[in-house]
Amino acid sequence: MDLGIVGLFLWKIVIICYAVVSTAIFLYLTREKLSNPDWSRLLVVGGFLVQSVLVVWLWIETGILPVGSLSKALRFFSWALAALYIFVLYRYRLSQLGLVLLPLATIMWALGGPMREAKASSPLLASPWLTVHGIFSFLGEATLVGAFGVSVLYLLQERRIRKRISPSFLARLPSLEVLDHITYKCMAWGFVLLTAGIVAGAIWANQAWGSYWTWQAKETWALATWLLYAGLLHQRVSSGWGGRKGALLLIVGFGFLLFTFIGAGFMGSGPHRFDRLQG
Amino acid sequence: MSLLLVGANHKTAPVEFREKIALAKEEIPEVLSKMVATGPIREAMILSTCNRTEFLAEGEDIHGSLEVIREILASRTRVSTRDLDPYLYVLAGLDAVRHVFSVASSMDSMVVGEPQILGQVKEAYKISLQCRTAGPTINRLMHHAFRVSKRVRTETDIGRGAVSVAYAAVEMARHVFDTLGNKTALLVGAGEMIETAGLHLKQKGIAKTYVTNRTFWRAEALAKRLGGEALPFESLGNSLAMADMVLTCTGAPEPIITKEQVKAAMKARRNRPIFFIDIAVPRDVHPSVAELQNVFLYDLDDLQKVVDNNKAERIKELEKAGEIVAEEARKFSLWFSSLEAEPTIRELLEWAEEVRIKELRKTLKRLRGLDERELEAIDLMTKALIKKLFHRPIVKMKREGGRDGSASFIGLARELFGLDGRGSGR
Repeated sequence: MDLGIVGLFLWKIVIICYAVVSTAIFLYLTREKLSNPDWSRLLVVGGFLVQSVLVVWLWIETGILPVGSLSKALRFFSWALAALYIFVLYRYRLSQLGLVLLPLATIMWALGGPMREAKASSPLLASPWLTVHGIFSFLGEATLVGAFGVSVLYLLQERRIRKRISPSFLARLPSLEVLDHITYKCMAWGFVLLTAGIVAGAIWANQAWGSYWTWQAKETWALATWLLYAGLLHQRVSSGWGGRKGALLLIVGFGFLLFTFIGAGFMGSGPHRFDRLQG
Repeated sequence: MSLLLVGANHKTAPVEFREKIALAKEEIPEVLSKMVATGPIREAMILSTCNRTEFLAEGEDIHGSLEVIREILASRTRVSTRDLDPYLYVLAGLDAVRHVFSVASSMDSMVVGEPQILGQVKEAYKISLQCRTAGPTINRLMHHAFRVSKRVRTETDIGRGAVSVAYAAVEMARHVFDTLGNKTALLVGAGEMIETAGLHLKQKGIAKTYVTNRTFWRAEALAKRLGGEALPFESLGNSLAMADMVLTCTGAPEPIITKEQVKAAMKARRNRPIFFIDIAVPRDVHPSVAELQNVFLYDLDDLQKVVDNNKAERIKELEKAGEIVAEEARKFSLWFSSLEAEPTIRELLEWAEEVRIKELRKTLKRLRGLDERELEAIDLMTKALIKKLFHRPIVKMKREGGRDGSASFIGLARELFGLDGRGSGR
């Protein structure tokens, strides 16, 4: 089945929803007079549902998790970011995080392009371990991007407090304590999910090729990223590397994530390589 | 007879300058006696708080009085009188009265409406009473100021929302801390500012309060009132490690909290944030402390900015209060003018009484055989005559006498009635 025109239309709907809400959140944060409209929440949830429909449709069509090409991966990541945002929105009432996460989700979704007809894929990729690996890795990375996003808010708030900028600019940000706490939660959960993703990937690799670890570019970079976050987490818990230092390091971590996610997809060979730019 | 007020406050001078001219309570008597020693100043009072230092003087020669105060300031701060001027405000007469009323009514405070200022004004007045530099003018002015303050407080909403500097401090802390319910505050000092701040924090639900003070028993007394715990001043460095919020307001001339101390404390508390609020002038916390990670330092000037943001809402109340102050200042100046005309009026009436009695005697000598009732009627009639005749000139003198440029009414009266030539004038 080809979603065709409908797919293109739905794809655009998602972009519009997220772009509008991104703008609304920006205005809400920078203009003291504006209040955060209720419809922005509906719009995000609506966009997310449309996204879910498209992702699930592609998943069902191909029979495997739709992450195998750069555009599929970008779209799936966008979906994971939106899922995380909605979770944070309802769990912590931190709608401000949309300032970072929603533009990212919008851009990734837009770059991913509209859905096209699915290509037949290798039965090797249909393993449930691969599905687990994909979901956990993507959610883990999205959650770590969330940690980065909260860190950005932390740094903005910290700057505001230090420079004594009048409350009208970013007055709606929560306290540093709350931001630091959510950063930590995102980091910890992101790390756990990423670990689970890597472990599931290794199990699948063993089933498929009889080897848990093959030092592909993506694996190597993922390991580096994993070690970095392990280090950050350890330092945070043991030596109190929270606050500004922690936030700055999470921005470095985001660089690693981005490179692991996109850059490493063009290095070496193996199933992590984004061969087909369309899909 | 004229009032002069010279001062610097948080609006005109940065904290560094205010630190220089601020006077400790013990220093005030000496400066007061210096003020009245040289001649032009008859009455004097000094108000010195964290936010302002003001000299109030009453004396014949405004310019002379101003010079005396500027000389005192210059010698205390070792700054030339010319360099002092940009930071100072100089108010005379009605303006000075209005300012005194505004200050006492907490309209000029950094946190508009905070109640501590009235106590501080009362204290300043008490010192000048003890030093015998408060005379009839300052006495009257102060009692009037206390009444104005009460009126402003009851007739406007100026005091609502602003409990004290503590209010602004808690507002700022909100950006760092989510809740005070699990936080520990360390209060350094045991003065009124600290007590108010401590009470406010308690109201806002702070979990634990420690108090430390150079005089330990005062720390203990305050800790008892706040339901907290007193800590020895010597272990201030260690105490810092326990505190999420540190409020300081001591009279120490040098910073008592250094960067090294805070650095050590941060290590001990594994980098959990500390929020310092330094409401002391001169400052208690060295400014370099703010360079440390997860350490936030606000001094009085920063709180001012916070307060400014809430000001808009209170502008209306301020206007209302301003009208009250203006009205009361007019009343006061009326009294002040009448004070000036008083001796002349008394002389005038004495002279009139003399004339009346002399003329009455002459007349009564010729009118014999009058009964008691008729004598009384004539007496009353002459008295009424004088009263009626002098009523308008006296009112005019009372009203206009003290104003600059119209003092000539008094001179005119003296000349017209020949009071100065009588020889019996005072």
